[in-house]
This record gives sequence, C-alpha cells and structure tokens, in this order.
Amino acid sequence: MISAPMDTSDVLLLARAQFGLNIAFHILFPSLTIALGWILFYFRIRYARSGDPAWLATYKLWTKVFALSFAMGVVSGITMSFQFGTNWPGYMHKVGNIAGPLLAYEVLTAFFLEATFLGVMLFGMNRVPGWVHIFASAMVAIGTTVSAFWILALNSWMQTPAGHVMDGGQIIAGDWLQVIFNPSFPYRIIHMLLASGLTASFVVAGLSAWRLLRAGDDVSARKTLRTGLVLAAVLAPLQVWVGDLHGLNTLEHQPAKIAAMEAIWTTGKGVPLVLFAIPDDEKRRNDFSIEIPKGASWILKHDGEAELKGIDAFAPDVPPVAPVFFAFRVMVGMGVLMLLAAWGGVWATRRGMLPQRWMLWTFSAFTFAGWIATLAGWLVTEIGRQPWLVAGILRTADAAGGVSGAQLGASLTGYIITYTVMLLAYMVVLTHLAGKGAHA
Amino acid sequence: MSLDLPLVFAALMGLAILLYVVLDGYDLGVGMLMPAADAREQELMVASIGPFWDANETWLVLGVGILLVAFPAAHGIVLGALYLPVAAMLIGLMLRGVAFEFRVKAEGWHRELWNWLFWFGSFLASFAQGLMLGRYITGFHSGFGYYLFAMLVGASLCGGYVLLGATWLIFKTEGALQKKALAWARWGLIWVALGVALVSLATPFVSTTVQAKWFDFPRTLALMLLPAATLASGWLVWATTGRLRRGEREWDWMPLAATVAIFALAFAGLAYSLFPYVVMDRMTIWEAASHPSALKFMLVGVAIVLPFLIAYTAFAYRVFRGKARAGLYE
Repeated sequence: MISAPMDTSDVLLLARAQFGLNIAFHILFPSLTIALGWILFYFRIRYARSGDPAWLATYKLWTKVFALSFAMGVVSGITMSFQFGTNWPGYMHKVGNIAGPLLAYEVLTAFFLEATFLGVMLFGMNRVPGWVHIFASAMVAIGTTVSAFWILALNSWMQTPAGHVMDGGQIIAGDWLQVIFNPSFPYRIIHMLLASGLTASFVVAGLSAWRLLRAGDDVSARKTLRTGLVLAAVLAPLQVWVGDLHGLNTLEHQPAKIAAMEAIWTTGKGVPLVLFAIPDDEKRRNDFSIEIPKGASWILKHDGEAELKGIDAFAPDVPPVAPVFFAFRVMVGMGVLMLLAAWGGVWATRRGMLPQRWMLWTFSAFTFAGWIATLAGWLVTEIGRQPWLVAGILRTADAAGGVSGAQLGASLTGYIITYTVMLLAYMVVLTHLAGKGAHA
Repeated sequence: MSLDLPLVFAALMGLAILLYVVLDGYDLGVGMLMPAADAREQELMVASIGPFWDANETWLVLGVGILLVAFPAAHGIVLGALYLPVAAMLIGLMLRGVAFEFRVKAEGWHRELWNWLFWFGSFLASFAQGLMLGRYITGFHSGFGYYLFAMLVGASLCGGYVLLGATWLIFKTEGALQKKALAWARWGLIWVALGVALVSLATPFVSTTVQAKWFDFPRTLALMLLPAATLASGWLVWATTGRLRRGEREWDWMPLAATVAIFALAFAGLAYSLFPYVVMDRMTIWEAASHPSALKFMLVGVAIVLPFLIAYTAFAYRVFRGKARAGLYE
C-alpha cells in the first residue's frame, strides 16, 4: 500500500470531497436520462402512429439532448467504477461480497443494453425497419431503468442492510432476494424514479418554453411543453405521497436520520414541527426557530402526543444536523414550487393555448429545478446516514485510505476543472439546441 | 468436479480487457488520427465510430468491474498504485466522450476546440493506458528505468491504437480517406513494430519473473510461436495495405483482422507472463478472489446475460455494416 504522509482525517476529507463531487456530478445525468428515455419512447410511438412530422422533429431534437446527457452520465460513471475501489478500499474489503455482485449485475444487465441500443436508436433510423427502431428505443429506456434498479438496491442495502450472514469473518449474502429487496428499497426506488420523471418533465417543459421564447411559435415545441407539464402535474402529487411513505419507512429503520431532518434534539412527546431554524450542531439546539406545536408528532406518527426520538437518543452515532435539515427543506420547498408550476402550467396550456410570456419565462427558469431537488434529496439521505457507510456494519471513516492525500488533491483539481467545463458546455449546448428550434 | 471460480473470472476479466483494448482501441485511434484529416473526412471518421463508442467503453467498466468484484484485494492495490495515470485516463475519456457529442452541435471555433479536445482526450487516454500497463507489468517498482519503460509502453500503445484506428478506417471508408488511412496504417505498423520489439527486449530486464518464464528451454522454442505469429500478422498488414494501395478493392477487412490478431497475440504473451499473478509477484488470483458465494451468484448472471450481449452486439455491428456515411443523426 502507498503510505499516506498526511493526517488521515485530511485524507478522509479529500476522499469524501472527491467522491462526493463525482457522484453529485454523475447523479445529474442518470436522473434525467432514466425518465427521458421513456419520454423519447413515447415521442417515437406518437410519430409511428400519426406519421406527423412535428412528432418526428420532436423526437430528433430530444434524441440529441438524450445523447448528450447519456454521454455525460457514461463518462462520469466510468470514473465512479474506479473510485469505488480507490477511494474506499475498506468498503470492498468489508462488504465487497454484497456490493460487488450488485454492481456486476448493473453492468451486465443494463450498461451494455443501453449503450448498444443507443447506437441503433441514434444512428439507425434509416437503416432498420420502424419496429426495430422502436424496439431499440424501448431497450434504451429499459436499460436506464434496470440500471437504477441495481444501484438503488445497493444504496438501499447500505442504508437498511438485510439478508446477509457472517462466514468466517466475511460478510456474505445469505439470501439475495432479501439483500435486493431490503426494507427501504421499494420506497427509495419509486421515490428516485418519480424524481427522475419530474426532472425530465421539467427539462422538457423548460427547454420547450425557451424554444417558444427564442425561436417563435412552433407546433412541436407546444406539444412538448404540454407533455412535460402534464407529466409533471401528475407525478408531483404522487411524489408527495411516496415521499411521505419513504419518510415513515426511514422513521422505522433510520430514526437518527429523521431526527436530523426535523432538527429534533431531545426525545419527547408532542414534538413540534420546526418549519425554520438554524440548527447549532455544537450546542445541540435550534436558533431562531419557527415551530408548529405537536406538528412533528402529528406528521410522523399521526398522533399529536406521540413520542419521537431525538438526536440525544442516538448520540454519538449521529449525522450533522444542519446540512440534513437545510437540504431537506430545499428538497421539499422545490417540490412544492414544482407542483405549483406544473399545475399552473397545465391550466395555462389547456385546449392548445399558448401561455403568456411571463409563464414561459417561469418554465424556463424551472428547467433544472429537478436537479436541485434531486441533489438536495440525495444530500439528505447520504449525509443523514452518517457516520455509517453501511448502517451498523461499516463506518465511513474506516473505509477510506490507500491513496495519498497529494494524489487525491492533484486528481481532485483535475476533476473539478473537467467537470466545470463539461457542465458549462452542456448547459450552453442545451439552450443553444432549444434556441434554434426543432430544425437544428 | 468443482469449478475453479477465480480462474474462470480471471479468464473473463482477460476477455473483457482484450475486447476493450481492441474495440475502444480503434475508436481512440480514430480520435488520434483526426488532426491528419480535413474537415469533410473528419465527419466520416466520426460517423464510422459514432454508433459504437459507448458500448466499446462499457467493456472497460466490465473489465475493471470484474477486478473490483471478483478480486477486490487486488483492485485496491492495482488502482491505488496506478491512481494518477488512471485519473489522467478518466479525464481523457471524459473529454473525448463529451467532445464527441459537443462537436456535432458546435460551429466555428467552438467546433475546432471540441475537435482538438477530442484528439487530446483520445491521446491522453491511450498514453495513460500504456503507462498503466507498463507500471503493472513491472509490479509498480519505482526508479528511472521503470518509469522510462512505462513511457515506452505508453508510446507503443498509442502506436497500436493508431494502427487499429487506421485499419478500421480502411475497412469502413473508401476513396481519398481510405487512401490516407492506408498510409497511416503503414506508419502505424512501423511504429508498433519498433514499440513491440523494444518492449519485448526490455521486459526481461525489468522483470525477472517474466525472464524466467520465457527463457526456459525447451519451452522457449514452443513460445517462439507467439512472436513468429505476430511477425506473420504484421507482414499480412503490410502486404494487404500494399495491395489496397495499388487499387485492389477486395480484402479491405484484412488489415484490421491482422491488427486484431497482433493485439490478441501480444495479449496472450502478456497473460502468459503474468499468470497466475493478479498483482505481479505479490498476489495470485486465488489469494485475491472474493468469497465463492459472490462469485457463484455473478457467474449465474454472466451465463444468462453473455449470450444476449453477444447477440445484440453482433446485431448492432450488422445494422451499421458497410462503408460509413457522413451525416450523423439522419
């Protein structure tokens, strides 16, 4: 092993910063492409059924957006496949017999499927019969969804491990079905798929609105604006409901995370709901808090007098409260705004109406709203499970190591520059594509 | 009889890495050749690899994935020691991957910039992969000679990828671009011949393990079949490109096939040199392997998925058979 001249806590911090940056960058693109694959499939079917050139133009434009986003996801995903081992050697050492096969299944069942059929979908429209092309589009959408299935199975297992046994000091799977369908998995996967649906529908609606603003009225842009808004209007309330169920599941299996999300410091009955506060992790109290009496007990236990466990019940193994608390509020706040925007948009586009310019500007501003909400939600769940990497089994601090701080620092700098350039170029190209309209 | 699971997974990993090197090798090679072509030819070159590069890179994920999940103890050591070249390779792959998409949508100097990044990313990734290989063979020893050796392997691998890319273009294009590709292939072949000769000569000096394996009479005589077959394949590339240059139209796939043979033979030699180590001189595949329960579960998946994987990959290559046409996204 390479010796680490730096303080181990610095190395841990760098390893986390680098991995966090990479995964935060990566998650943006799958969270868009998982659902966009299905939206494309819908556009493709609409074109096949109607033969309407507006649907074809729509399909082609969004195929370009998809290809771009998919490439960003692929390249940052390849990086992650290396960093799993290099940044967290202790992780594979401890739970590699569980994590490894789940990752392997993702590569085998999803990556090749989506990458191979993407080629046919992007470049093969004139080379294969229509039904084969539709089939290829379906395979791409299925591939992205299957990929989400495996990676969320692994993430959920790390949050709520189940189905594993000890064999001579090694953790191995006792029952693979229990490992995959662990207690938080059903909620997490549906929550994530809906998040992807909302992200994609706002990107579709937002860029369509931008097209209407910049390239003038256009049948294809009107169609996609409506598609995005209707989809978002249906998915947003569903997400509120599923999010609540996911929260109740978290209360059962990861109560410390809930305590951090709601900034509940001390165990008690009739716990108030903290709407806003500045949690102080050192003094373990909330400053400037605005509360609804008995609100938290009500929401989480559906009983105003019910007892809720606070941070004190789990100390010292507790996550930092302030980031989890704020990230949770950002996620919920964005969710509410997105719901309002979607419902307002559906009303404004009824019976083929063209919304007023200020509404189009609003939808444009909401283009990447799903990213903000998804990233915030991801921060809640990943910071909220600290100090554990795998709940009750492996601490984050025990998984790092192997690479020196200097190497981590140098490569981190390289990644930051590369990602910044890529993200800027991505956004410029997306708005440019949309600004040119469907004939680009 | 019970299955030797680590051996099976070592073979699978080898297969995935060989497939990666050959498949992504040709599109990295095409990327490195971009500056030698004019704008219209560049479109054709990109069109020839457009439908494939995503899936080609997936073999890298599978290769590294198998290292990670089947030989976790080795993954940490190997990729920890190769951390910086790996980071350089990843940044190279990222740049070229997105440049591929961006350049189609950009105009004017933006397009030139992305073309340049496409070339630079291809080169960086190729050179870094060669460095990784060079460091890996020598068991990550430090010292000037070892680093020089790794650089030599890096330069040789670039030559190898250029040869793959050029022969791919001979196969997938026609007319003026094919003529250019024929010239590139011959230069690439000279480059590779020099590189392979130097690396083969140097390897016994930087590794006594390799030396012992190859200089062991009378086995050495049988092993000489490998360099002999490599030489024959090289000659085949030279001869068939010569025929094609004289206006022959048939056998345009032969230079590519012979180049793939060179890579496969070099790979076989490498595998022979390393076996049974997964970390040179330090850790064998059996010492590094995961728990049998994990390997069994993955083998089931491989057995089910691999036939489908081969079938739809073959299907994709069939869909895009024949000479490449410009105009992506048509």
